[in-house]
Amino acid sequence: MAIIQTENLTYTYPSATKPSIRDISIKIEKGEFVLITGPSGCGKTTLCRCFNGLIPHFYQGELKGKITVVGLNVLEHPTYELAKHVGLVFQNPENQLFALSVEKDVAFGLENLGVPKEEMWKRVKWALNLTGIYDLRERAPHELSGGQQQRVAIASVLAMQPEVLVLDEPTSFLDPLTAKKIFEVIYELNRKLGITVVLVEHRLDLTAHYTNHIIIMNEGKVVLDGDPREILGSEEARLIGVGIPKATRLYQILKKDNIKLGNKIPLSSEEMAALLREAIKA
Amino acid sequence: MIEVEDIYFTYPNGVEALKGISLKIKNGEFVAIMGQNGAGKTTLVKHFNGLLKPTKGKVLVDGVETTKVSVATLARKVGFVFQNPDTQLFSETVEDEVAFALKNFGFKENVIKKRVSWALNLLGLTQYRKTSPFMLSGGERKRVALASVLAWNPKILILDEPTIGQDYQQKEKLRQFILQLKAQRKTIIIVTHDVEFVAECNPRVILMREGKIVADGKAREILTTPEILNQASIVPPQIAQIFLQLSDLSFPKNVIDIYEAREILLKTVREGKLK
Repeated sequence: MAIIQTENLTYTYPSATKPSIRDISIKIEKGEFVLITGPSGCGKTTLCRCFNGLIPHFYQGELKGKITVVGLNVLEHPTYELAKHVGLVFQNPENQLFALSVEKDVAFGLENLGVPKEEMWKRVKWALNLTGIYDLRERAPHELSGGQQQRVAIASVLAMQPEVLVLDEPTSFLDPLTAKKIFEVIYELNRKLGITVVLVEHRLDLTAHYTNHIIIMNEGKVVLDGDPREILGSEEARLIGVGIPKATRLYQILKKDNIKLGNKIPLSSEEMAALLREAIKA
Repeated sequence: MIEVEDIYFTYPNGVEALKGISLKIKNGEFVAIMGQNGAGKTTLVKHFNGLLKPTKGKVLVDGVETTKVSVATLARKVGFVFQNPDTQLFSETVEDEVAFALKNFGFKENVIKKRVSWALNLLGLTQYRKTSPFMLSGGERKRVALASVLAWNPKILILDEPTIGQDYQQKEKLRQFILQLKAQRKTIIIVTHDVEFVAECNPRVILMREGKIVADGKAREILTTPEILNQASIVPPQIAQIFLQLSDLSFPKNVIDIYEAREILLKTVREGKLK
């Protein structure tokens, strides 16, 4: 069974005149690394807010259609219950951190759930180690750099041991090297622990090669849904205005020039370089 | 012209953000200032319109030291669009927002009207004339902030992280727009992390690290030198990465543009090395 499934999901914010998402029917399987992208205002963030019940429980408004997450009907289960299964990380970590030390911030969610002390510290330590910030545990979050803060936000969510991790443009404030390191941490969590990852991103150059499922939205609807290589290699994706990775784009341009570089459409510079190297050797 | 002569800047809390910076930006230049979080990029550009004054050293704009004129006077010449538009916007309608500075600068009513319409039209905001800026999306608010600065037609324009949260099409529009301004001989300075955007714009690149400049030169040289980029927490753009990985195959190393990459590969085909 899919870990997230929606059927004809349509949602209108209170006092809005038209729905922000319309007729969304998607299936996300356990263990997938899903990338959701599309032009600004296409409804990506709105859709993510449905995954842990912020919509409709916090935002109110009108939700039509069906949505189940980890087997729970979102309409019938409150956010605090869904939050045990679905962790959300936002664009700006500052909005998420508030405690006086990193350790306390990471422990906060567990304390709220009434997890026994011993178990709590075990999990906090585990999350701090996984995200590589154990040495920062006694520092104040607001004194840390943006990259370190985003790691604290991810650790806080991980400590809850969610089955699904939803990240909404988690690195847009960070420099490229720090962003890369964060994506690698997320990828490891997905691969080693089997956590399902849903990532909302514009910058596909940095992220496309981690995913095995891409959903492209436009004007509140899902317009493309499936294999990343097929989708990013398609003309449709480009015409919608998705930022196709330059490696993929170069492959397409060369294909039009009748240069055929194998059937596997590249998603990263490494894959493209390997294809070129092979073609030159042959 | 902006001349920076060996400036140091220490914030009141004791953090030394700039440690001996010297540079010159000529009229009509397009410069991208890049570097890791906390490298001092924003601190540096805030010296260009006098928002910050150096603790040591001097900054001259068109030959006048920034300590000798008011920020308001400098602002007429140097427009600054902040990273977060919300720090800049406050009016009840988009139209009022864009008109605000013009009124402050003492423009005549009919000139204000004309300029507001011009700026709104330029940035595709005409339909939001009477809308509150706070009802708009993040990307749209950023464009309102830009319109309000462009309206008074400054000759130097500073954009702090203009591409954050913008989708690919919006970035492409921004790039076209910058090129247009450049054609009008405006000086444009952007602060950014966005290597792919810089690779597409191909400006002069100034790389910063821990309050110092570590490299200054053409985008195609700097963005294709991983050793230098690494120091500033930047990764090469994807096209550069491809060619760097193939450097043993006698391809040029300094390629950042996708169409140049295509030309090089087509040439390889003509030479019979690639089928």
